Amino acid sequence: MAEQEFQPKIIGFFCNWCTYAGADLAGVTRLQYPPNIRVIRVMCSGTVSPHHVLRAFQKGADGVLIGGCHIGDCHYLRGNYMTIKRMRFLQDLLKFTGFEADRLHLEWISAAEGPKLAQTVTAFTNKIKSMGPSPLKRLTAKAA
Amino acid sequence: MVGIGGEPGHFSVKVLEMARYIDMQKCISCGICAEKCPKKVPDEYNQGLAKRKSAYLSYAQAVPPKYAIERETCLYFKKGGKCKACEKFCPTQAVDFSQTDVEKDISVGAVILSPGFKPYDPSQYTAYHYAKLPNVITSMELERFLAAAGPTQGHLVRPSDHKEPERIAWLQCVGSRDVHHCDHSYCSAVCCMYAIKEAIIAKEHSHGPLDAAIFFMDMRTHGKEFEKYYWRARDEFGVRFIRSRVHTVDPVPGTDDVAIRYLTEDGELRTEEFDLVVLSVGLETSPGILELGKTLGIAITPDLFAQTSSFTPVTTSKPGIFVCGAFQGPKDIPQSVMEASAAAGAASELLAPARFALARKKPVFAEHDVSQEEPRVGVFVCHCGINIASVVDVEAVRDYSTTLPHVAFVENSLFACSQDTQELIKERIREHKLNRIVVASCTPRTHEPTFQETIKEAGLNKYLFHMANIRDQGSWVHMNEPAAATQRAKDQVRMAVASVALQPPLKEFDLPITKAGLVVGGGVAGLEAALGLADQGYQVHVVEKKDFLGGHARKLNHAWTGEPIQPYLDDLVKRVQNHPKVEVHLDAAITNVKGFVGNFVSTVTTSGRDTEIPHGAAIIAIGGHSYKPQEYFYGQNPRVMLSLEMDMALREKNPLVTDAQSAVFIQCVGSRIPERPYCSRVCCTHSVENALQLKELNPDMDVFILYRDMRTYGTRENLYKEAREKGVMFIRFSVDDVPKVEQTADGRLTVTVRDHVLGRPVTLEADILGLASAIIVKDQLDLAQLFKVPLTNDGFFLEAHMKLRPVDFATDGVFVAGLAHYPKPMDESIAQAKAAAARAAVVLSQESIRAGGVVAEVDASTCVGCQACVGVCPFGAITFLEDQKVCEVNQALCKGCGTCAANCPSECITLFGFSHKQLYTQVDEALAELEVEMEEAAGA
Repeated sequence: MAEQEFQPKIIGFFCNWCTYAGADLAGVTRLQYPPNIRVIRVMCSGTVSPHHVLRAFQKGADGVLIGGCHIGDCHYLRGNYMTIKRMRFLQDLLKFTGFEADRLHLEWISAAEGPKLAQTVTAFTNKIKSMGPSPLKRLTAKAA
Repeated sequence: MVGIGGEPGHFSVKVLEMARYIDMQKCISCGICAEKCPKKVPDEYNQGLAKRKSAYLSYAQAVPPKYAIERETCLYFKKGGKCKACEKFCPTQAVDFSQTDVEKDISVGAVILSPGFKPYDPSQYTAYHYAKLPNVITSMELERFLAAAGPTQGHLVRPSDHKEPERIAWLQCVGSRDVHHCDHSYCSAVCCMYAIKEAIIAKEHSHGPLDAAIFFMDMRTHGKEFEKYYWRARDEFGVRFIRSRVHTVDPVPGTDDVAIRYLTEDGELRTEEFDLVVLSVGLETSPGILELGKTLGIAITPDLFAQTSSFTPVTTSKPGIFVCGAFQGPKDIPQSVMEASAAAGAASELLAPARFALARKKPVFAEHDVSQEEPRVGVFVCHCGINIASVVDVEAVRDYSTTLPHVAFVENSLFACSQDTQELIKERIREHKLNRIVVASCTPRTHEPTFQETIKEAGLNKYLFHMANIRDQGSWVHMNEPAAATQRAKDQVRMAVASVALQPPLKEFDLPITKAGLVVGGGVAGLEAALGLADQGYQVHVVEKKDFLGGHARKLNHAWTGEPIQPYLDDLVKRVQNHPKVEVHLDAAITNVKGFVGNFVSTVTTSGRDTEIPHGAAIIAIGGHSYKPQEYFYGQNPRVMLSLEMDMALREKNPLVTDAQSAVFIQCVGSRIPERPYCSRVCCTHSVENALQLKELNPDMDVFILYRDMRTYGTRENLYKEAREKGVMFIRFSVDDVPKVEQTADGRLTVTVRDHVLGRPVTLEADILGLASAIIVKDQLDLAQLFKVPLTNDGFFLEAHMKLRPVDFATDGVFVAGLAHYPKPMDESIAQAKAAAARAAVVLSQESIRAGGVVAEVDASTCVGCQACVGVCPFGAITFLEDQKVCEVNQALCKGCGTCAANCPSECITLFGFSHKQLYTQVDEALAELEVEMEEAAGA
C-alpha cells in the first residue's frame, strides 16, 4: 500500500479584526489553501497566551499559526506588541523542549490581505508537511 | 444629490438613486452573479489594471457587501434582453432587472459634503509620456501593484513585461504647484508622504535590492511624526532624494526602460535610467463635484475647492451646508478625519434641539435564566444555497453534530440568515428548550449580530451563541476538496459546540453619565471646543492657567488667508464668557483627576482653593509655546525677533520694522534637528505672510527668506507664489551649513548663507532678522499623568491612532485639540477643537454608558496582586486595589482585547466569551481525533 501523504494538524489563532477578516476575504475571493488548519477566533492576537499555544503542541498539533494586525494597526492599539514578545519567548522554549521553533509561526495579515492569508496558510502547511509530524507524536510512537 | 430646497434645519434634498438591479435585502454576497457574468470590464478600483465583471462588488471590503449590475456594460442591457446568467444562477433570486432609477426626497436638517477628490490625470504632461510609455504609471496605479488585494496580489511588477523593477523613480508635483500643464498652483499636500511610503513599501516588496529615487522640489513632511519617517526612508531604507524638477522623460531605445533627464543642484544635466517611473499625481476636484457645488449654490475658490473661512473651517458659504475632507482643500487622512468630526459637530450644534427626535428605542426582551440548566445546544447547519452545500456535505455535518455532547437539536437550513429561518430558530429554542445555539454558516464578522438578535428575541442571553465558519473559511477555500472541507466543517462545529457549552450568560449594565465637559486650556482650541459643547447644550468648565482667555492667538495678526484674528478672538472670548452653559476658571490648574469616562471628578485649584468638578468628558487643549532660541543673538539684539514678536512689531508699527530697508528670515530655528526632529508646520507660511506684509509696507525693502524646504502646503502655496512674484528672495540652506549671523558695533546684523544657486556664500544685511522658531509644549507631563494619557517623544499628546482617531485618546472620554497635539495653524486648530467637542458630545449625549459583555474580570480569590495585567492594558482599565492587594478591571473602560488574561500568570483573569477554558477546549476539540490516534499508537 502506498504511503499516504502526511496530513498535518494545524491550529490557527486569528485575531477578529485583521487576520480573521483576511481569512474571510480569502473566501470571498475564492482563494484556495490546504484544509489542514482549524481556526480559533480570538479578539486580539494578544489574547493568545503561551499556555494556549503549548496546549496545542501538547495535544499533538504539528504547527500553530498566529495571525494578528500589522504593527500600528492593532484594534487594541498594542496587543500585537505583546504577541511578538510572547511568541519569541515561546519559540525559544519550543527549541529548548526539542521542537523545531518554526512549528510556531506569527504573521501580520490585515483584513485586506486575503491573498497573503492564503499564501501564508499554504506555505506554512507545506513547511510543516516537509518537517513531518510533531516530535511529540514521534515520541509517543517510540514509547509504544 | 440633484437638488435642495428649504433652509437650515429643514432642508428637502432630492437624491437620485441608481438602479443596481440587485435586491439588497436578498443578496447574500455569495458572488455567483459575478462568477457567471460573461462580461469582463476594466476594474476601476484597480485603476483599470485588472478586470471585473458587469455584475460586481466595487471592491472586496465594500460596505454593505452587496453586488450590483452595471447598466452601461451589462449584456442584458446592451443586447436587448439576452444573457441573464446572473439571474439564472442567483441562489436567492436577488437579481431584479425591472428596477429603475428612483428619485427620492429626503428631509434633513443639515448637509455635510464629503465627496473627496479626483487624482490628477497626467496624460496632459506630454513630456512625461504617461499616455505613451507603459512603464510610466501614476502613484495610484503603483498603490494597486503594492496591495495584497491588487491585480498582482502585492507582487511588485512593471506593466510592460511584468518584470520586477530594480530601479524606480518617483516624480513629485505632477498636477501640483504647476500652472503650465494644469491650473493647479496649489500644493496637493499629501504626495511627498505617499511617495516616501510607496518607496519604503516597494523596497519591502522587492526580492532584490531596489533603487528608489524621489525627484522633488521641496520635501513637505510637515505632519506629526512625518519628518522622522522621511529621515528613516533616507537613512535606514536608502531611498534617494534628488532635489530636481525633472523636465524630460524618454524611452530607452531597444528596452522598456525609461530615461530621466534632470538638472542636479549643481546645475549639471544628468540622465538616469529606470525600470519604472511613478508620477506622484496631485488632488483636484472633479467636474461632477463642481456641478454639485453649483446645484447647492456654495461658493468655490479659484483652486476649485469649497470656500470656507479660517475661523469656520467646515462651514460653506451656505448656512446649514458643511464640508470636510479634500473638497475643502487638499489634505491627508488625519486632517480629513478631524474635519469629518468637526462637520458632524457643526451639524449637531445646528440640530441640537432635535437630537434623538427620530430615534427609536430597541425593544427589551425578558431573559430566560439558564444558569441552573445543563447546556442544551441547538446546531443549525446552513447550505447557503449551494455556496456551502456544493462542497461541504451538510447532511453529514448535521448527522455528525447530533453525536456531540450537549447537542439537543440539529437542523439544516437553506439560508440560515433568512427571515423564515430566524423565526424557525426562535421556535426551535422554545420547542426544544435550547439554551445555547451554534450556527454553522458564514462568518461571525457579518452575521453574529443577526443571530444574537434572534436568540435574544427568543429569551436567550445573546452571548449564548457561537458560529462555526464553514463558508468563508470552509467551502469557499477548499472547493476542490469536499471530503477535507466536510471534515474541517465537522471539526469547527465540534469546537463551537464545546466552546458554547462553557459559555455563561454575560451581563451588560448601564452606568450614568455626568453631562458636563471639562476643557483644559483657554486658547482658541479650548474656547472653540467649549463653545462646541455648550452650543450642543452641555455644561462646560474651561480651566485656564493664565488670568485671561485667548492664549497665543492674542499675539497673532492675521490668518494665512488674510482674515484679521483679533476681532474674531474678541468675539470668541465674549461668546464664551456670556454663554450660560460655560463656566470659566482663570488662574486655575487641574490638580487631581478621579473616575473614568462619563464619571470623572477633577479638582480645579484656583489660588490655593480647590473645587471638585464632576464631568463626563475632558478635552486637553493646553496649546504650545515658541522655542526661545539660544542662537542668532536672540534676546540680545532687539532687531532679532520671533515670528510672533514680528507680528507685534508690525501691529505696533515699531520703527525697527517700519524703517527697515532689509529683512532676513531664518526658517527651522529649533525644528527638524536631532533634538527636535519634527517640522513645526506653521513657520514657512507665517514667514511668507510677514515677508509679504513687509513688502506691502515698503516695496523696496530687501526681504530674504532662508529656508530648508518651503512647506507652504495645500493652497498656502499661493502665498509663496505671491511672495516670489513680489520680489521676496528665497535662499535654501542645508542643515549642515546653517546661516551665520554677525553683529556690527552699531547693532546692525549681517547674515551669511551659502546660496544654493550661485554655489557660494552671500552676505545679506538685515535691519531686522525674523526667526521662525519651533513650537514646543510645556507643562504637559502632570496633566498626561492625571488623565493617564501618553505623550510622544517630542512631548506632544499622543492620540489613540494618528490617522483614524486624531482627537481621541486610548483612554475613553479624554480628547485632545490644538497645538498640544501638534503644531498647526489656526484653521486646523479650530477644526480639531470642533472635532474634539463632537467626539466628547458622543459621550455626553448618551443617557448612560453600556458596560459589560465581552470584557475581562479578575477573580479576586486567586489574584496574587502581581499587577502583570496593569501594565499591559492599553486602556488604563485595570487598577491595583492597595487595600485588598488584588487587581480590578473597570468594565466601563475595558475593550475586551484579553491581553491581560493572556498575561496573567495564574490565569485568574477571564475574558468573557473567550475564556481560558473555552480556548483550551477549542484546541482540545480541534485535535481530539489526533489524541485518540496518539493514544492508540501509544497503547498498540
